Amino acid sequence: MSLPVPSVTGADPVGAGPPTGPEEAGVSLGRATWRRLRRTPTAWVGAAIIVLFVLVAVAAPVLTPYAPASTRWAGEVSTTSVPGPSAEHWLGLDRYGADMATQLLYGARTSLLYGVVSTLIGLLAGAALGALAGGAGAVGGRIGSWVDATITRLVDVMLAVPSLLLAVSIAAVLGKSGTAIVVAIGAAQVPVFARLLRSSMLAQAGADYVLAANALGLRRSRIVMSHLLPNSVGPTIVQATLNLATAIIEVAALSYLGLGTPEVASAEWGRMLVAAQERFEQAPRLALLPGVAIAVTALGFTLLGEALREALDPRSRR
Amino acid sequence: MTPTAPTSAVPAEEPLLSVRDLRVRFHSRDHDVVAVDEVSLDVPAGRNVALVGESGSGKSVTSLAIMGLLPRRGVEVSGEVRYRGQDLLTTGERRREALRGPEIAMVFQDPMTSLNPVVTVGVQLDEVLRRHFDLSRRERRERCADLLARVGIPDPVRRLKEYPHQLSGGMRQRVLIAIALACEPRLLIADEPTTALDVTIQAQVLDVLAGLVADSDAALLLITHDLGVVAGVCDEVNVMYAGRIVESAPRRPLFATPAHPYTVGLLGSIPRLDTPRGTPLVPIPGSPTQTRAWTEACAFSPRCSRADDTCRSTPPHLEPGGPERRRRCFHPVDPPAPLPKEL
Repeated sequence: MSLPVPSVTGADPVGAGPPTGPEEAGVSLGRATWRRLRRTPTAWVGAAIIVLFVLVAVAAPVLTPYAPASTRWAGEVSTTSVPGPSAEHWLGLDRYGADMATQLLYGARTSLLYGVVSTLIGLLAGAALGALAGGAGAVGGRIGSWVDATITRLVDVMLAVPSLLLAVSIAAVLGKSGTAIVVAIGAAQVPVFARLLRSSMLAQAGADYVLAANALGLRRSRIVMSHLLPNSVGPTIVQATLNLATAIIEVAALSYLGLGTPEVASAEWGRMLVAAQERFEQAPRLALLPGVAIAVTALGFTLLGEALREALDPRSRR
Repeated sequence: MTPTAPTSAVPAEEPLLSVRDLRVRFHSRDHDVVAVDEVSLDVPAGRNVALVGESGSGKSVTSLAIMGLLPRRGVEVSGEVRYRGQDLLTTGERRREALRGPEIAMVFQDPMTSLNPVVTVGVQLDEVLRRHFDLSRRERRERCADLLARVGIPDPVRRLKEYPHQLSGGMRQRVLIAIALACEPRLLIADEPTTALDVTIQAQVLDVLAGLVADSDAALLLITHDLGVVAGVCDEVNVMYAGRIVESAPRRPLFATPAHPYTVGLLGSIPRLDTPRGTPLVPIPGSPTQTRAWTEACAFSPRCSRADDTCRSTPPHLEPGGPERRRRCFHPVDPPAPLPKEL
């Protein structure tokens, strides 16, 4: 049976496969987003920084011959001076006598691990709460509204507590360790993800395809899981990218405040800042180097996240 | 409120769907809007019934009220929606949910937004089958392809793996119909199923709808603003204006001798092939926003050439006007049967 199929997308240059036109019409959201993302220079810069950061974090043992947090050259550090860059130590030593370059490289590893894990905790817990509230709210009814209202109030309470205070309290309960930092930063992110996912799900609840699915007698749980959720996760994913930047800064901040592992010489950018404090006048590089590392990494995630958000935003489409 | 019993329009056996005095009221902060009022209509098994009216006349609200898909908050639905003897308005939500699909299914008007954009066509068909039938994976897959083939989609197996954006508007509309038919409903409500389509595709979609309904002895409630569509498919026609039915009649008499001035106006504003070239189309004067409240006058009176002081001060009732015909007018055009009325 042959049918006159109107060409929505214009000429198909390949002449085979599904009609993928040259521009927006009939192009999937993902594909169009990718196309716009590729044309954005900031996205490239952000991606380059992130790739570099991840490579450094993964390949740290290959990039440096020394072990992190070692005190091998502690004898060379005196109360009045910290040895600067040399052929042996490109970026000099730190105040505990460890190789500065090695500390920075391994610091990337810690930051990546803490940043990613804490954001994942926040994303998973937040998305679960948000999906529950959004799903219940979208279904409506007495129970649905009650569940939605309860979760939303709970999340509002979490939001009312300053995230740093929340993090400090969690660290106080869990004791000084990397885990405390990760859990604290993750918990602080929960309300952001929960609110975001809930609101996009509620916005989707009025969509025609949801009404159509209802008209076919599909179960509400099914509508929420297979229709509302997949159409609502976009903004949440973008938020996760942006949150990675904040998480990395917060990891540094919390370890600067001394909430991380009690080991003083650990290869962690925030710890390095603390250690640099006393010797700032003698060797400003001790503070500058980890500071720049934190800033550049956060910048990378922010640039990519912003570009992604703009590419996904229908209003910015040309 | 006393039910306005439709007299001759009721067939001997009980119709599949029978709506009596349906009234839908939307509450808003400063005023209430009665979107649908005094709507009574019957859809007998195996027949195609049309609900015709211009935008805002309450057609879609009527269909959503029948489906029970109006929002619960701020909406007041009263009257009776009797489906196979059961009043749906007093039925619990759980039971209604089970009725949707295998008993009453609906095709929505906008194929661009009525499909989930991030899920393949196959999955959307499959989830309906999985919900309503106890079939194996394999059987469901075969049934999916079969359904797409029945609505005239070529290469159905490949199409099942595609996303809605990869299909043309006509194909999407046919996919929506296939999904609705997947439940094998006894009653199919189609809300302007052809508005978004090219004329050529329109004809195909209508053929598919009418054909499939005829094959399965189901009933079709077609909601449209297009009398041309009605003429091609339907047996009975209900014309709505400003939330009320103003005329209802079988198709032939309605097109041959329309009684209500509004119906006459609608028919007059359709371009015809058999009028001499150059004859201007006769539009209905005014716009649909020029309505008066039915409670104090005939809502159509501001736009009606036959309106007099009675029309502007007394609300007309739906009255019998010949065999199987009803109209809501004090001065019907060319009364087809002698009636003992003032005038």
